[in-house]
Amino acid sequence: MNNYMPTGGIEWSQDWDPTTKLAIKVTRHLHAEKSPYQQIDFFESETYGTFFTLDGLMMVNEKDEFVYHEMITHVAMATNPNIKKVLIIGGGDGGTAREIGRYKTIEHIDMVEIDERVVRLCQQYLPVTAGHLDKDERIQLLFTDGLEFIKNTPDNTYDLILVDSTDPIGPGEGLFSREFYNNCYRALAEDGILINQHESPYYDFHVHGMKRAHLRLNELFPVVKVYQYHMPTYPSGHWLFGFASKKYDPLKDQNREWWESLNMTTRYYNSDIHRGAFMLPNFVMEKMK
Amino acid sequence: MLDHNKTPLYDALRKHIESRVIPFDVPGHKQGHGNEELQKLFPKSVLEADVNSMKSLDFLGNPISVIKEAEDLLADAYLSDESFFIVNGTTQAVQAMLMSAVNEGDTVILPRNVHKSAINAMILCGAKPHYMYPHFEAKFGMTIGVSLEEVKKAIEEAPEAKAIFLINPTYYGVISELKAIIEYAQCQGLLVIVDEAHGAHFPFHKELPKTAMAYGADMAAVSLHKTGGSLTQSSALLLNTRKIERDHVKTIVNLTQSTSASYLLMTSLDLTRKFLMTQGEKNLEMVLELARNARDKINAIDGLIAFSAKDFNPEGCYGFDETKLGVCVTGIGLTGIHVYDLLRDEYNIQVEMGDSHNILAIFSVGDTEKRVNQLVSALSAIAQKYKREPLDLKFNSFNATAVAYSPREAFYKEKERILITESAGRVSGEFVMIYPPGIPILAPGELITEEICAYIELLKREKGSISGLKDNNVEYLYCIKE
Amino acid sequence: MENWITEAHSDAVHFNVKVKEQLYHGQSKYQMIDIYDTYAFGRLLALDGDIMITEKDEFIYHDMIVHVPMATNPDIKKVLVIGGGDGGTVRELTRYKTIEQIDMVELDEQVVNVCRDYFKDVASGFDDPRVHLYFEDGVSFVSGLKEVYDLIIVDSTDPFGPGEGLFSKGFYENCFYALKEDGILINQHESPYYENDAYEMKRSHANIKRTFDIAKVYQFHMPTYPSGHWLFGFASKTMDPETVDLSTWEALDIKTKYYNTKIHKGAFALPTYVVNMLEEV
Repeated sequence: MNNYMPTGGIEWSQDWDPTTKLAIKVTRHLHAEKSPYQQIDFFESETYGTFFTLDGLMMVNEKDEFVYHEMITHVAMATNPNIKKVLIIGGGDGGTAREIGRYKTIEHIDMVEIDERVVRLCQQYLPVTAGHLDKDERIQLLFTDGLEFIKNTPDNTYDLILVDSTDPIGPGEGLFSREFYNNCYRALAEDGILINQHESPYYDFHVHGMKRAHLRLNELFPVVKVYQYHMPTYPSGHWLFGFASKKYDPLKDQNREWWESLNMTTRYYNSDIHRGAFMLPNFVMEKMK
Repeated sequence: MLDHNKTPLYDALRKHIESRVIPFDVPGHKQGHGNEELQKLFPKSVLEADVNSMKSLDFLGNPISVIKEAEDLLADAYLSDESFFIVNGTTQAVQAMLMSAVNEGDTVILPRNVHKSAINAMILCGAKPHYMYPHFEAKFGMTIGVSLEEVKKAIEEAPEAKAIFLINPTYYGVISELKAIIEYAQCQGLLVIVDEAHGAHFPFHKELPKTAMAYGADMAAVSLHKTGGSLTQSSALLLNTRKIERDHVKTIVNLTQSTSASYLLMTSLDLTRKFLMTQGEKNLEMVLELARNARDKINAIDGLIAFSAKDFNPEGCYGFDETKLGVCVTGIGLTGIHVYDLLRDEYNIQVEMGDSHNILAIFSVGDTEKRVNQLVSALSAIAQKYKREPLDLKFNSFNATAVAYSPREAFYKEKERILITESAGRVSGEFVMIYPPGIPILAPGELITEEICAYIELLKREKGSISGLKDNNVEYLYCIKE
Repeated sequence: MENWITEAHSDAVHFNVKVKEQLYHGQSKYQMIDIYDTYAFGRLLALDGDIMITEKDEFIYHDMIVHVPMATNPDIKKVLVIGGGDGGTVRELTRYKTIEQIDMVELDEQVVNVCRDYFKDVASGFDDPRVHLYFEDGVSFVSGLKEVYDLIIVDSTDPFGPGEGLFSKGFYENCFYALKEDGILINQHESPYYENDAYEMKRSHANIKRTFDIAKVYQFHMPTYPSGHWLFGFASKTMDPETVDLSTWEALDIKTKYYNTKIHKGAFALPTYVVNMLEEV
C-alpha cells in the first residue's frame, strides 16, 4: 500500500525476526529508563494507546493486553474452581494479577517480579493493567528473582503458578531452566496447575523457545497441553501458553457451569474458546514432538 | 475551433492561490482556519479555492476576463454563440431562458412532462402555458417525446404563442424528432428553448444524440453537473444570438444568480469542459460499452426490461440516449419505487430514481465495470428473491390534465385545504410531484381527476418521496377556492 | 543496499519484510503485481502492495479455505472458486478424487500467468483436467445461475479494487441461488482486529447472515496478514460444520500441515469480542 507513516510522529519498530519487523507510529515517547535489569520505555500511539517495551520488545498495550491476560488466567481457573493460592512469576504490568483478582474465591496472590521499576512505571502509565495492584489486599508484591524465590518456597504451597515471563533472553532466561521448573513442581499442591508463557510456533527464534518451554513441562508433569491465542502485537500473532498439571485436564475437567455462573465479562475468553484453543494446527504439534 | 486545452479560469485561480494573498474579504472561513471539522472534511486545496470575486478572477455578474474566456470556450464546445456559467443549478438556467424569451401574458408551448422549474418560471414571469401531450408509453408508465404532429397541433391551437419549450432528452433518455420540430417552430416564428438538463454529454461522442444547439435552437440549459462531471449545482445557459441579445439574457440571469458565485463550481465547469473536449470521446466510448453490456445482461433476466429505442412507439421516440439505463420492473411484480428502495437499503446501491414502473440508473464518465456488475448482480438477485405475479398498473396521468388557470394566477388565488381523496373535480393550487425527477403530477391551476388521485395514492402506498405540497403527510391538497 | 517492502496494517502500523530480490513487477489491467524473494517467507506475492501469499505460510490459508467445507460434505462434486488467482485453493481441491469439476473465475489473468511462472507448487493444480479457468468478474459469472454447484469458495482480496463486489449482498444472494440444496459457501472474511478490516468483516457477515440459514465464522492464524488473526465465513443452506461427523474425511488420509479435524471444530470457537462484533450486525 502506498500510504506511508503520517508525518509528525516517531516510528518505533520491533524485529519479529532478523528480516521482518512491525513498525508503529508513536505520537509520544512517554518515558525511557534503564533499570538494573533492562531498558524500559513507554509510548503512546494512535492504534494501540499506551504501550511499553522491555529491551525494545513489545510487552503490553492497551488495545490487546486483554487477550494475553484473559488467556493466561481463565483457562486454569475454569478448570479448577478451588484454586485459592496463586503465584505469579513476572507479570510486572499487573494484568495477570488483575484478572486473577476478579475471582472472589482466591485468597492470596504472590506476585514475584524482579524489576520493581516495571511495576512502578506501569502503575503510573498503564493503570488499565497495574491500577489495582495497591488496591487488592490479597496481592503481595515481592521484588525478587523468581528463580531464587521458588527455590525457597516450601512444598505444596500454591494451587496455581503462572509463569508470565519475557522471552528466554535477559531477565526471562532463568525462567526457562530445568531447575526453575523442578522447584515449581515441588511448590505446587497435589492438584496444582502451572501455566507458562510458551512462545510461538512461527519464527525460528520463538520456535526454539517454544520447544524449550514444552520440554520442561513434559519432563515433569503428567498432564501437559498447549493452547493458542491470537496476539496481534507479538511476533506472527500466533502465540501459545502451556498448561501443566498434576491432576486436572483442561478439557476433561473444564467446569463450564461454574465459570459461566460467575457471569464474568470477558472480551476474549469464553467457554467455547477454552476448548477451541487447545485444537492446534498439525505443524505446531509436529514441532513440539 | 478554439484551443480546448486551455483552462483560463483554473489558471487564474491557481495563480491566485500560489500568490498567497492575505484575505481580508469574504468568505469568512479564511481557508478554513479555526474550524477543524471543516478542515477535516475538505482538503486544504478545496478551502483555498473557495474565494470571492476579485480583479484577477473576474466577476460572474459582468464577466470581462478569465470567466468570459472560459464561457467562450464552453460556448464553442456546445456549438453555441454564447454561454453563461450558472451556479444556482439548471433550475436557474431554465427560469432565465423562459424569462428571456417571454413576457407577462405571453403564451409558451411546452410538453406536460416538463420539470417544475419551467412551471415555476411561469409563476415568476406570468407567462401562460399551452401544453403539448407527449406520447404516453403505457407499458412503462411514462411519457416520452412529443411528435412533430403534436407540435403542429399545439401551434395551431395557440397561434399567439411566442416560444416553444422542449426537453432533450427526457429523464429516461428519449429523444423527440428534434431537428424537424425546431425547424418547423422557427418557421412559424417561435423562439425555441430547450431543457437539456440530461444531455450535457451529447456533443462529445458521435454515437450520442445531437444537441438542440446543433440544430439551431435559440437557447438551451445544460446541466454539466449531471452527466458532464462538474460539481453539483454548476450548469450553463447556451444562447444563439440571432434573435435574442446577449445583454438581455445577462440582465435576466443576474436577477436570480448569486453575486457571490462559487469559484469551486465555476472552475469545475472550466475543467470539465476541457476534460470533455480532450478526453470525452474516449471516456464516453467506455461508458456506452458499459451501458450496452449492462442492458444486454439485464434483458437476459426474467421479468426485467432495460428499455431502449426499439421498445418505444416511434411517434414519441426519434432517438435514445443509451447512457440512461432505465429498467422496467413490473414484470417481477414490484414497482420501481420498491426496487429503488431495495437497491438502496439492502444492496447499498443508489440509483437516480424509481417511479411506478421503472428505476433509472445514470451512467457517466465516473463508472467502472466492477460497479456496473454489482448493479446487474443486485437486480438479478432481486428478480429471483422477490419475484411474484407481474404488476398491471394502468395510468395515464400526464395526458389527462386540463389547465384552468395559468400557474401565476393559480399561485396567487385564494385556496382551501381539501382531502386528496375528495379532490377530484377541483383545481389544484399547488404542485404534486415525485422527486426525483420533479416532473409535476399536478401543477398549480390544473384540474384534478380521479386518475390523478389514484396515482397519488399508489405513490403514497409505495412510499415514493412526494413533494410540492404544504401537507408533508400528503393527505390534504390546497385547491383553488370555488 | 537493503531492500524492505512495507504493508500498512493500519494508518499507523506497518509490517516490513526484508527482500533478497524482486522477481517480478507488473501492472495488469486491474492491479499492480509484485513478486519478491524474501529471507523470512521465501517467495511472496503482493497485489497493490498488500501481501497475498508467501511460500512459508500459504498452506494455512489454503488448508483452511478448502478442507473445512470438504470435510463437512465429502460428497462435493462441483466446485466454483471465485478469485484465488495464485492457484493454492484449486491445488488443495484437486487432492480430492471425488471432485468432478472445478470452475475457477479470476478477474485478472495476469495473476494466474505470473503465479504459474513463480509459484510452481501453488499453481500446480491448474493443469488438472477437471479445472476450468474463466477470466472475468465473479460477480457477473454467478448472476443468474440456478443450483449448479455444491461448493462456492470466494477466495478474494480485500473489498477495495478488484475484490469490490465480492462482499456485496447481491453477490451472496446470487451465490445462494447458484448452490444446490446442500451447498456451502466459503468466503474470505477479513479480520476482527484493525478497524478497517473489522468494519468489512461485520458488513460481510451481515450480508451473509440475511441470506443463508447457517452462517458461521471460523478463524485461523495467518502471520503475514494484518494482525495475524484472520477469518473465513462458512454459510450453507443445510449443513452445520460444527455438528457433522468428520470421520469420512479422516479416512481419506489426506496429509495437511495446518488442518485437522480437531482444529476444524476449534476454529469455530471465537473470542468473545469477535462473537459480539458478529452479533451486533
